[in-house]
Amino acid sequence: MVKLGVSDLRIRYGGVTALEGVNFDIQEHEIFGIIGPANAGKTSFLKAVNRMDMFDPAMKVDGKIVFNNVDVSRIRNVYGLRRRIGVVFPLPVGLPLSVYDNVALSPRLGGQKNKAELDVIVERCLTRAALWDEVKDRLDSLGSMLSGGQQQRLTIARALSQDPELLMLDEFSIAVDPVTTMRIEDVLKELRSEVTIILVTNLVQQARRLADRTAFFLEGQCVEVGVTEDLFTGEVQDQRTRDYVEGRFG
Amino acid sequence: MFEATRLNRKNETRQKLFRLGLGAMTGLLILPVVLILSTLIYKGAPVISFEFLFTGPTKGMTAGGIFPALLGTVLLVMVALIASVPLGIAAAIYLSEYASDNWFTRAINLAIINLAGVPSIVHALFGVGAFVIFFKFGTSILAASLTLAIMTLPVVIVATRESLQAVPMAFREACWNMGATRWQTIRRVVLPNAVTGILTGVILEVSRTAGETAPIMFTGAAFFLPLLPQGVFDQTMALSLHLFVVSTQVPGMPENLPFGVALVLISMVLLMNSLSIALRMYLRGKKKW
Repeated sequence: MVKLGVSDLRIRYGGVTALEGVNFDIQEHEIFGIIGPANAGKTSFLKAVNRMDMFDPAMKVDGKIVFNNVDVSRIRNVYGLRRRIGVVFPLPVGLPLSVYDNVALSPRLGGQKNKAELDVIVERCLTRAALWDEVKDRLDSLGSMLSGGQQQRLTIARALSQDPELLMLDEFSIAVDPVTTMRIEDVLKELRSEVTIILVTNLVQQARRLADRTAFFLEGQCVEVGVTEDLFTGEVQDQRTRDYVEGRFG
Repeated sequence: MFEATRLNRKNETRQKLFRLGLGAMTGLLILPVVLILSTLIYKGAPVISFEFLFTGPTKGMTAGGIFPALLGTVLLVMVALIASVPLGIAAAIYLSEYASDNWFTRAINLAIINLAGVPSIVHALFGVGAFVIFFKFGTSILAASLTLAIMTLPVVIVATRESLQAVPMAFREACWNMGATRWQTIRRVVLPNAVTGILTGVILEVSRTAGETAPIMFTGAAFFLPLLPQGVFDQTMALSLHLFVVSTQVPGMPENLPFGVALVLISMVLLMNSLSIALRMYLRGKKKW
């Protein structure tokens, strides 16, 4: 089943095109990688999926993004859309709330007030994000005071607390040590059975380790979409993809 | 190898001169504050007593205490706060969190800056026209407080806006991405982290309001009243105006009495200011990100 369908997507800021020519379908329970150097339009793509263009008057999105067979540009209740999509940012954003409140925030926004229910959600999400053991004794301390790697897992727990159908990670390992990165990667592998994942990464090898299929973005173009392994074994259609994957530029 | 050249020595001398000069300027700056405070304490302190603070003036204000004026100032400040704080905070939240950057918002911001620059006597005349005459509040606590409120509104707005904008954008974006509305984001993440800064602004407003004379002179503060005000539509005495009156308008005034009034007024203001400084230090110590 197609979870997210993208056709003829074009994103502009003011008069400048940030991304165009994007056409692909992301299947349910797939880890879909997006690789590419800086300024390729990767983050803009994620913003468009989540309808964050609403907060940026300069951002214009044309084309079609279909989530669960619904055109996202026609969704009136964008809050409902965003609640089904979890986002993890490059730099960990631990909100200046307690660890507990960070994870409980989204359920609370959704109207959950029952303390016992919240306790269950918080423990489950922190456990799935491989953070529970480290913070279970200090759920009251500030989330923004955790170490970088812990904060990033906290944001993953927070994203999971939304019970998302789609998880979008934007270069999550940029500010995280290699050990934590591997732990998060393990978490993602386990999550694949429940959610669909879009993994934007600047680490080509990370895409290779995790992604079923991978798209290569370059300078605002989607150059190529293919089975990840093919990109690495040379089964590419475009020379630029091969050059990037083999580290000749970028 | 490390011998000083002539240029080195010249630069060194110049640097010493500048350091001395700038230091002297700074010292000069403290001088008036020290002089004012020491004079006030030296001449005013003997007057201060429990009786002075808590009884009314007698013998044509040349004796007795300042209670009606003290109470009046507290009332004026309180009513002014009730009017300006909610309004100012609401406006600041709108400007910082909702308004997009267009000519209209820029015009509003310009208006706020200009409002801060309007001389207080002009505010007084506006208060007379708007509150005393047009809204028919008469010369009353309400009219005077509203005049003060309008005058100090920019303080609240600017302080609130700054502390809202000190909350990192990433927090808002994280919240929006979770499906929170703008208001949910403000309520749960932005405001709790800006509240200490807002409070600092409010306290600064208090000290500013307490000291103003011109805006209340024509709108609600009285020269002398035998009775305490019974409600917001009554006139009141106020410390700042009382100080003006006892210093210039009453013959046969004991020399120390005006200094006592001034000391009480400045103590109130300084107390408020130190409260705001303490709050700011506390805030810095508790910085959460």
